[in-house]
Amino acid sequence: MTHSSPAASLQGHALTCIRDDRTLFSDLSFRLEPSQTLLVEGRNGSGKTSLLRMLCGIRMPDEGQITWNDNDIFKLSTDYLASIAYIGHKDGVKLDLTADENLAFVKNLGNPEHGVSNETALNTIFLSGYDDVPARNMSAGQRRRLALARLLVTQSQLWVLDEPFTSLDTQGIELIENLIRKHLSNGGMLVMSSHHAVTLEKQSIVRINLST
Amino acid sequence: MSTASLPHAFQALLKRDLTLAVRHRAEIANTLLFFVLVTALFPLGIGPDPAVLKTVGPGIIWVAALLAALLSLDAVFRSDFEDGTLEQIMMSPHPLSVLMLAKVLAHWLITGLPLLVVAPLLGMFLGLPGIEIKTLMITLALGTPVLSMIGAIGVALTVGLRRGGMILSLLVLPLYIPVLIFSASAVNAAGAGLSISGHLSLLTALLMLSISLSPVATASALRISLN
Repeated sequence: MTHSSPAASLQGHALTCIRDDRTLFSDLSFRLEPSQTLLVEGRNGSGKTSLLRMLCGIRMPDEGQITWNDNDIFKLSTDYLASIAYIGHKDGVKLDLTADENLAFVKNLGNPEHGVSNETALNTIFLSGYDDVPARNMSAGQRRRLALARLLVTQSQLWVLDEPFTSLDTQGIELIENLIRKHLSNGGMLVMSSHHAVTLEKQSIVRINLST
Repeated sequence: MSTASLPHAFQALLKRDLTLAVRHRAEIANTLLFFVLVTALFPLGIGPDPAVLKTVGPGIIWVAALLAALLSLDAVFRSDFEDGTLEQIMMSPHPLSVLMLAKVLAHWLITGLPLLVVAPLLGMFLGLPGIEIKTLMITLALGTPVLSMIGAIGVALTVGLRRGGMILSLLVLPLYIPVLIFSASAVNAAGAGLSISGHLSLLTALLMLSISLSPVATASALRISLN
């Protein structure tokens, strides 16, 4: 799994987020390059999820600009969205669809020819044999893993993960950490909010603390 | 991004929504049951006089269809919004408006088409003559997709609100009224032996207008709602 544009960069320029007349953060700038992790920290309600949603182009920054390879993401839209994968608070898993159907849908929404097969993805996240099981019959942790399997079937350069370790067991956490390490070593980029102490190489982490 | 994968995405979304509908058969039945019940209750309320029923029949069937469509609207985006798949759909690299067209098409196939299928039975039940039933079918075929298209814009605007039902009705109903007027009067005109080509042209124009504009409007409304 290698990524096509090694010189990619994601930048935030003086971002401001206002919610219900409260300024959650202002004048936030950062730069993220391949193999780097942007770790978003902060108290509950400090705007972590809002920042991640901005980076996904779902929410408009109240002020400032986000650029991908020096182009505004709202102008790039299509090209940018093709290189980003987002796992939010909600799993984004349809409970009445099977694991296989869920992944097939995600794959078809993006580029069907990229990424690993559904079977390989399910094997990797230790859900092999669950392809015909509706997500409704899975545990919360299994659903979370199924959500994270989207990262494998879409093969995006930039992963945006909102609290990826929620409801995962130690084995699951280790699994995700391994996937992240592999992603980064292949030139991938990661934006993540987490309360969990992540074991990643220190030099590759860009930290943002929204509470200070 | 290869453009060849857009039909895949369209198909995948359509197929997913239809699969989900088949697994939730009760929801389809709900809309249909409402439509049949409302129509069936009218003769009990206003008396079984065939002449009266024949006059008000087309109006009753159309009002019931319109309310059934309104009732089913909330389901277009609600579950996708709640489980987070709506964000995934919005983050697809494909044009959101085309994907919205797939969603509305799925919604119409699930809720509009069944109305079209049972409408002739209800027409016979109210004693409408053959020509009126035929016109009723044509107007429903042209009109119900318009209801789904307009409705989708309203739902997209209100999906983020906790109690959006009331606002949704207020937003959408005024826009439904032209469809109701032209459709019901077309059926009455057909019954009176008048030409209905004017009515049908207007309905077709409304259909074309909504097919071309509503997906774009729905996509923008959704972006605003989730912002």
